[in-house]
Amino acid sequence: MSRFNVDEKGYYGQFGGAYIPEMLYPNVEELRQNYLQIIESDDFKGEFDQLLKTYVGRPTPLYFASRLSEKHNTKIYLKREDLCHTGAHKVNNTIGQILLAKRLGKSRIIAETGAGQHGVATATVCALMGMECVVYMGEIDMARQKPNVERMKILGAEVRPASSGSKTLKDATNEAMRHWINNPDDTHYIIGSVVGPHPYPDMVARFQSVISAEIQSQLQEVEGRNAPDHVIACVGGGSNAAGAFYHFLDDESVNLIASEAAGEGVASGRSAATTTLGKPGVLHGSKTILMQTDDGQVVEPYSISAGLDYPGIGPMHAHLFDAGRAEFYSITDEEAMIAGIELSKLEGIIPAIESAHALAVLENRRFERDEVVVLNLSGRGDKDLETYIKWGKY
Amino acid sequence: MEKLTVMNRIDHVFIERNDTLNVYFTAGYPVLDDTISVARSLEEAGADMLEIGIPFSDPVADGPTIQESSQQALENGMTIEVLFGQLKSLREHVTIPVLLMGYVNPIIQYGIERFCDKCAEVGIDGVIVPDLPMQEYLDHYEANFKEKGIHNIFLISPNTTETRIREIDENSSGFIYVVSSSSITGAKTGVQEGQLAYYQRIQEMKLKNRRLIGFGISDKETYQTACKYADGAIIGSAFIKQLKNDASDSAIKEFVKGIKK
Ligand SMILES: Cc1ncc(COP(=O)(O)O)c(C=O)c1O
Repeated sequence: MSRFNVDEKGYYGQFGGAYIPEMLYPNVEELRQNYLQIIESDDFKGEFDQLLKTYVGRPTPLYFASRLSEKHNTKIYLKREDLCHTGAHKVNNTIGQILLAKRLGKSRIIAETGAGQHGVATATVCALMGMECVVYMGEIDMARQKPNVERMKILGAEVRPASSGSKTLKDATNEAMRHWINNPDDTHYIIGSVVGPHPYPDMVARFQSVISAEIQSQLQEVEGRNAPDHVIACVGGGSNAAGAFYHFLDDESVNLIASEAAGEGVASGRSAATTTLGKPGVLHGSKTILMQTDDGQVVEPYSISAGLDYPGIGPMHAHLFDAGRAEFYSITDEEAMIAGIELSKLEGIIPAIESAHALAVLENRRFERDEVVVLNLSGRGDKDLETYIKWGKY
Repeated sequence: MEKLTVMNRIDHVFIERNDTLNVYFTAGYPVLDDTISVARSLEEAGADMLEIGIPFSDPVADGPTIQESSQQALENGMTIEVLFGQLKSLREHVTIPVLLMGYVNPIIQYGIERFCDKCAEVGIDGVIVPDLPMQEYLDHYEANFKEKGIHNIFLISPNTTETRIREIDENSSGFIYVVSSSSITGAKTGVQEGQLAYYQRIQEMKLKNRRLIGFGISDKETYQTACKYADGAIIGSAFIKQLKNDASDSAIKEFVKGIKK
């Protein structure tokens, strides 16, 4: 039995579960009863693998970053999720979920999005499958991320503003859940990260686990070993990290490193460093670590990177933190921007600012010269150009 | 007969009537300190049962009306701690059954045992926690509730399977909250297509628990329809709208009379 993966009740240690209103129970239960059987079927696997290969562009390269390695005096490999179609790892999950939705007989898709990356990845697969698509996005995020709003519309999706609460990602998630309560029969909800009620965290982690499966075989080829010494990934909800960690969870010779957004600093009051600032609680259907007031009201997070701007983390990561299985770093806006610009200059790769939070760990922690470090480069920086330009120091 | 003295007020109401009107309002809305006065007005106006909402920042089962009232209540400074402070005098003013409705996270942070103790202390008869799943309740919470004699109310909806309804019936006390359509609060009003067939189906299941129909009950007509198929109804969003317009004692009484008369 795995110590760090999900158990048969849908928990990772004390975290996880399915804390949902009874109105959602039939939908979530339908998923729970069917997801494993569907995604393990040959028919599903065949279609999923084929699309990942011919549509997404997998396997993504495992690239030895020699100049970055030299700078940090260790051996750094970048797992190039930034080269996925649509520009980030998010599409691995949306392909998986839409194939699942089809097999459950659903005809409509809803999703939430913060920065718009998951929204775009969802709109993309809906176009691919000819399915109706509604994406909820916080009103404030819609104003901040205009190009992605238009991308979704070009792809044929309807973008609905979430104007409740703080009008950002958590409220978009609330709205998507409400929409699902109101439309339980024909609609599937594609959650964008390893969050939400069981079986979502496990399901999304399985779809993203292709990342670590490829790391294993690619590393075997270049290093003659299938496990690195360290895996580094950023954590918003935690899906790219879950995918990069997945096949190493129970191999404790592999050190797992998660990087959270500290925003303007963990003590600044403008931060998204969930494990540092949060405590156990329930949000969006699972028990996890959550930024909240003493009274249990969810606190609005802040990060320069919209993809990390979430007040919780997935229950898998809450457990990895709680059990001491993963190291957690909080990276400030400034550290991330510097690391993003460094990668651009050293390797000719402009990373997403989310991924730049993973890169910034290299400045914060010493690695041995002969250690093998795999860093999951979750996305590319095209969507963040405006932020880079505003930042200016390049 | 001597059992009556220790009987939960909810059970007592159901002995006396089959057209219970349960009215929901958010604690601390429209102003922080009117919880007791709103409750008293409602009882005087003829409400048979009350449901006081504990505001939460992320109420996923609620529509815009209750969301807004929750946000306002939080801005007004409402917390569980403050609410229990206000409810200290509840039983000096209110004799009908009172339930608390709240999402699970604030209750977990307050401490479930402490929450049940406080409920019993101030005279709360039941609790509705929409995002607390039944199994979780049975495994971790039921003992506390039972010890204090507090009913935990479960919901069912049109999509709840018969097996699940039977299971919920088996584990319920007080009443079962029959959600009128596949919806969040206040979303769909009037009598929906297929709704009567659903009410009838539930009625014919002959459940051992009493049933109150809620969500989308907004006026005399929807209330009376609900009473035909269940033991009464719960009014939420429609009353919050009333409070938003006019929260005076006379307006509250007018509102309740409009439904009950
Ligand atoms: C490039 C990129 N990386 C990371 C994330 C954070 O999500 P997760 O933690 O689920 O990987 C996002 C979210 O939008 C993203 O776009």
